[in-house]
Amino acid sequence: MSTPITTAAASAGSLVDEVEHVHVDHLAGAKADRRGRPRVDRIYYLFLVPTLVLFTLAITVPAVLGIFYSFTNFIGFGDWEFIGFTNYIAVFSDPAILSSYLFTFGFAIVTVLLVNVIALLLAIGLTSRIKLKTGLRAVFVIPMVISGIVIAFVFNFLFSNSLPALGSSLGIPWLSESILANPDLAWLAIVIVSAWQSIPGALLIYIAGLLAIPGEVYEAADIDGATPWYKLRSVTLPLVAGYVVINVILGFKNYLNVYDVIVGLTNGGPGTATRSIAMTIFTGFTGGDYAYQMANATIFFIIAILISVLQLRLTRGRAAIS
Amino acid sequence: MTQAAARPIPLTSPREEAVATTSTTTTRTTRRRRRRVGQEKTNWGTMVILLLCALTVLLPLYVTVSMSLKSTTQAVDGNAFSLPSPIDFSGFATAWELTNFPVAFTISILVTVGTVVGTVILAALASYAIVRNWEHRLFRWSFFYLLAAMFLPFPVVALPQIQLTGLVGLANPVGVTILHIMFQLSFSILLFTAFLRSIPLELEESARMDGATTWQTFRQLIFPLLAPMSATVAIFAFLASWNDFMMPSLIIADSSQQTLPVVQQIFQTQFSTNYNVSFASYLMAMAPAIIVYLFTQRWVMEGVTQGAVKG
Repeated sequence: MSTPITTAAASAGSLVDEVEHVHVDHLAGAKADRRGRPRVDRIYYLFLVPTLVLFTLAITVPAVLGIFYSFTNFIGFGDWEFIGFTNYIAVFSDPAILSSYLFTFGFAIVTVLLVNVIALLLAIGLTSRIKLKTGLRAVFVIPMVISGIVIAFVFNFLFSNSLPALGSSLGIPWLSESILANPDLAWLAIVIVSAWQSIPGALLIYIAGLLAIPGEVYEAADIDGATPWYKLRSVTLPLVAGYVVINVILGFKNYLNVYDVIVGLTNGGPGTATRSIAMTIFTGFTGGDYAYQMANATIFFIIAILISVLQLRLTRGRAAIS
Repeated sequence: MTQAAARPIPLTSPREEAVATTSTTTTRTTRRRRRRVGQEKTNWGTMVILLLCALTVLLPLYVTVSMSLKSTTQAVDGNAFSLPSPIDFSGFATAWELTNFPVAFTISILVTVGTVVGTVILAALASYAIVRNWEHRLFRWSFFYLLAAMFLPFPVVALPQIQLTGLVGLANPVGVTILHIMFQLSFSILLFTAFLRSIPLELEESARMDGATTWQTFRQLIFPLLAPMSATVAIFAFLASWNDFMMPSLIIADSSQQTLPVVQQIFQTQFSTNYNVSFASYLMAMAPAIIVYLFTQRWVMEGVTQGAVKG
């Protein structure tokens, strides 16, 4: 499969390449052409091109095809015709889609804040003078290796059976019913389980960040008589700021794709109160809204790109500072 | 920063000492001082809080284990925190049959192993080709092209991928494995290329002087050198593939070929009150990854830290 491309690319350089090639082929190594560029050993194409082809077929073609269909009235099979931006205009005035964006972004913001506050506090605790450091760290990382859907099923049981039992025995009315069945509180359950699952990743990054701070900084602060709060605010936080940026952006991008945990807890309900962007897009395949949901997906893609650009800017800024 | 980093130099250390020696000496002093302070006072307050937090991690796991060991009658009484009495293993037997565990487990293993091996090999080869031919446009552009997928969330391409995998007969675990590898590529190539750039070219040149071909150089010199990064890449690929629900549930058309996390869904619709059975099944789905983790903790923690900080 790669042969024609390989040959074409190899001869695309210059004739000199080809002439030299004949003479020096047996001297495998870092030979250079007249412009000082090393000559490309053909096997490198074999290393790269199959992956490129596979990647193009598996990712690029579907992406292009999907964006293409978003300008049509395709329903997943059969005939279709171009309808321009009709889908996009409809998406912007569709209450179901707008509410899924509102829910997903609200969820992502709350989860990012919760995860980072807890993870940073845990990391400070785990790098302080305590016993059982390794054991505790090992325990805190466990949620990272558990499948999101499975742990969501476990929490589903706790939220719909154990918590209400606890609530009614304590006489708290809003807790004696399953919060998963409450349209105003169900999102909270999703935040809790997502946070439970993603704290370890952020925690490990914060521990690395805290361990990179030289101990002398704290000794100097001690000599100046700094209080623990002052040390946290004026020494620790500024020195882990870069790690906070990494965690916030990686986490946020991740939470925007939320799906597994919702399927395991509420399946988008009650009603459509906890339906995420991903869930809305997937209805396109069963609901005959293929092209329409591809318009939605394309908008989501643009948002994802904007966030990534922001990430590159911020992390590059960090590199410049340190 | 520079002032803060100025360490107290041990009086005995002569000026001529090499940089490396100085730094080890100072770490040793710092460590000694820390240990002394540590012996003076353990922060018990912090420790108690941390232990309580650890309980929130362990509690759901305890509930899973204890529920799975209950009899059906005890499981339906709704008290999640009671200890199982009597201990009853029948939940596991029923779950084993209902989920067709051996098949789902085998498929999950095959998909995960395929993803890990495929990701490490394809990403390492591509990264090597890219780094060694950076001056050439095709390779340089390929790098940015492959990296672009990091900006692409799966839901965006999900619908066309479902459609296309169905069209070419890949709406099965093989298709999921290929897609898993493709979605891991960007991040893995980023890690590998960063690491490859730090390997001195002289190492390779000496191998080539001895007449090694590019393939031999890669196979016998570079790939072994990449081992620590391969471990990191493998850990990320393992976690992403083994625990994935979204992709297999959408791509695999035949429900009898589903992966382990996806088959757990049957307990939401059918058999929904046989809690001992469903929890036994959840436990069987969780256990393999937890067991692997317990044996490779240090690697996992280091790998994730390294990967996340570099990526």
